[in-house]
Amino acid sequence: MSRPINDTLLVWGLRACGAVSGSVVLLIAVFVFKEAWPALREIGPLRFLGADPSWHPVEGVFNLTPMAAATLAVTVGAVALAAPLGVLSAVFCHAYAPRWAAGAYRRLIELLAGVPSVVYGFWGLVVLVPLVAQWRPPGASLLSGVLILAVMILPTVALLSEAALKNVPRDYARGAAALGLSRWATLWRVVLPAARPGIATGVLLATGRAIGETMAVLMVCGNVVQLPGSLLAPVRTLTANIALEMGYAYGVHRSALFVTGVLLLALVAGLVLLAEWLSRGDVRGTAHG
Amino acid sequence: MNRDAALRLTAFDDVSPRPAPPLIRTCCLSVHYGAKTAVRDVELDIAEGAVTALIGPSGCGKSSFLYSLNRMTDLIPGCRVTGAVRIDGTDVCEPGVDTVLLRRRVGMIFQKPNPFPMSIRRNIELPLKEHGVRGRARRAEVVETVLRDVGLWDEVKDRLHAPAQGLSGGQQQRLCIARALALEPRVLLMDEPCSALDPIASGVVEDLIRRLRGRVTLLVVTHNLAQARRIADATGVFWVRDGAGALVEHGPTDAVFERPAAEETRRYVTGLHG
Ligand SMILES: Nc1ncnc2c1ncn2[C@@H]1O[C@H](COP(=O)(O)OP(=O)(O)OP(=O)(O)O)[C@@H](O)[C@H]1O
Ligand SMILES: [Mg+2]
Repeated sequence: MSRPINDTLLVWGLRACGAVSGSVVLLIAVFVFKEAWPALREIGPLRFLGADPSWHPVEGVFNLTPMAAATLAVTVGAVALAAPLGVLSAVFCHAYAPRWAAGAYRRLIELLAGVPSVVYGFWGLVVLVPLVAQWRPPGASLLSGVLILAVMILPTVALLSEAALKNVPRDYARGAAALGLSRWATLWRVVLPAARPGIATGVLLATGRAIGETMAVLMVCGNVVQLPGSLLAPVRTLTANIALEMGYAYGVHRSALFVTGVLLLALVAGLVLLAEWLSRGDVRGTAHG
Repeated sequence: MNRDAALRLTAFDDVSPRPAPPLIRTCCLSVHYGAKTAVRDVELDIAEGAVTALIGPSGCGKSSFLYSLNRMTDLIPGCRVTGAVRIDGTDVCEPGVDTVLLRRRVGMIFQKPNPFPMSIRRNIELPLKEHGVRGRARRAEVVETVLRDVGLWDEVKDRLHAPAQGLSGGQQQRLCIARALALEPRVLLMDEPCSALDPIASGVVEDLIRRLRGRVTLLVVTHNLAQARRIADATGVFWVRDGAGALVEHGPTDAVFERPAAEETRRYVTGLHG
């Protein structure tokens, strides 16, 4: 019993693709770990995680926690803004907007998704930061970073949420109407819950993008290494730290920047695991069995 | 048309000499999709509590007719309904009619079972909540009652929290019927409720329809003539005439099957027999 040759080719082709992309990810992770290893061995992970008083790598103090906190704060803030906005705009497009308005809005969102991050950063630097500074100086702050990032990840949430809403079988809406459910109830109690896994994927992708974003946050956040004490305080994220110091770092300092990368990877991995765990509960509770 | 109407009345007189006023009466009911007329001038009386089967070949407008009775046609872009549907005296085609209320009283079951992607219990509780049935205990009571009504209680009482999508097709369809019954509708419209089910599951739903007789007024579209004979008090036959679906015959089921008046019915009924 031999399979048709086409089938075999396809299977091996797919396996090769999977192997290539898997091993690239693995190779990058291994490389980052390898480069980080000297610093981890010499300094020890505890000093990176808060045993040291501050981040002065040239003087030999390596506390990364303020920057990890800044990364988390910027990300959480941006997602907290962009997720509801994105989902609501998708709902608006899907259920309420007249056809032409929905089409125009969708084009706009797609355009927004295509703008390079350095352009966002530039815009933030010349428009947003001065605006915030007028209100409360210095302007370059956690708040500016949150706002810029929110705009950047909004299209991801909105587009994926709308796709998820579109994928909900029309049977559900029809069944809801036949039960005399109002449009509001149909949307919020039946269609949105059914679209929740897809929406969650969109929010997850957006969160990943927010954690990893470098250029825009570097340009608007002020880059002072400190625990984010207030929304208006300037902060430095992990990504910005790498980008800022990579040019002149050598020796242990350079390796410490790779430790920064490891910490970023760990944050992203933690996020993925969290999402998986959350959606597992989801399947048991409501979705398909 | 007048001749048909007279025929229907006499046919109906055969069984009940003094018929109660019909619960549903359609007058010149037509359904159009854009410029195309799918159903033309249907005049049909449905007695309260009766089971009425609607039969006819594919594409003759049975579903379109059924959808117009609880304004589900509103959801189809380009669909227009003319004429009148009087249910309990009020014309439900009037623009001012509250469709939410109408559909609560005139429920609908589809060919493909469509439970929502949530738990079995919540499938029934959600419409109850939305229709203002307050109190957890009260709702739990209704859930149990309607699940017993459709014979599903013993099968699912231990897993009311399980997703409804995990039920078999026949169980899903009975859950959908239970969900509709929870709102205590006066009329239940069923569009080929058994055709996605295997014979055994379909038999269970058929028994259920027979048990609901007298309590709910049922209109059942079916392609299964034997089923129509088994379940229906009255039968209506749709046929395409002059490019649009029309009701060519309506009367007590026995009369329609044994003494069909219309030529199309004779061919349809005997053609499938012989
Ligand atoms: N959404 C629609 N848009 C345009 N035409 C439609 C639409 N739905 C139905 N029709 C047309 O209306 C006519 C009647 O369709 P309908 O679905 O009511 O028939 P039916 O008797 O239910 O058929 P079946 O037994 O196959 O379900 C058909 O000619 C069909 O092509
Ligand atoms: Mg049909």
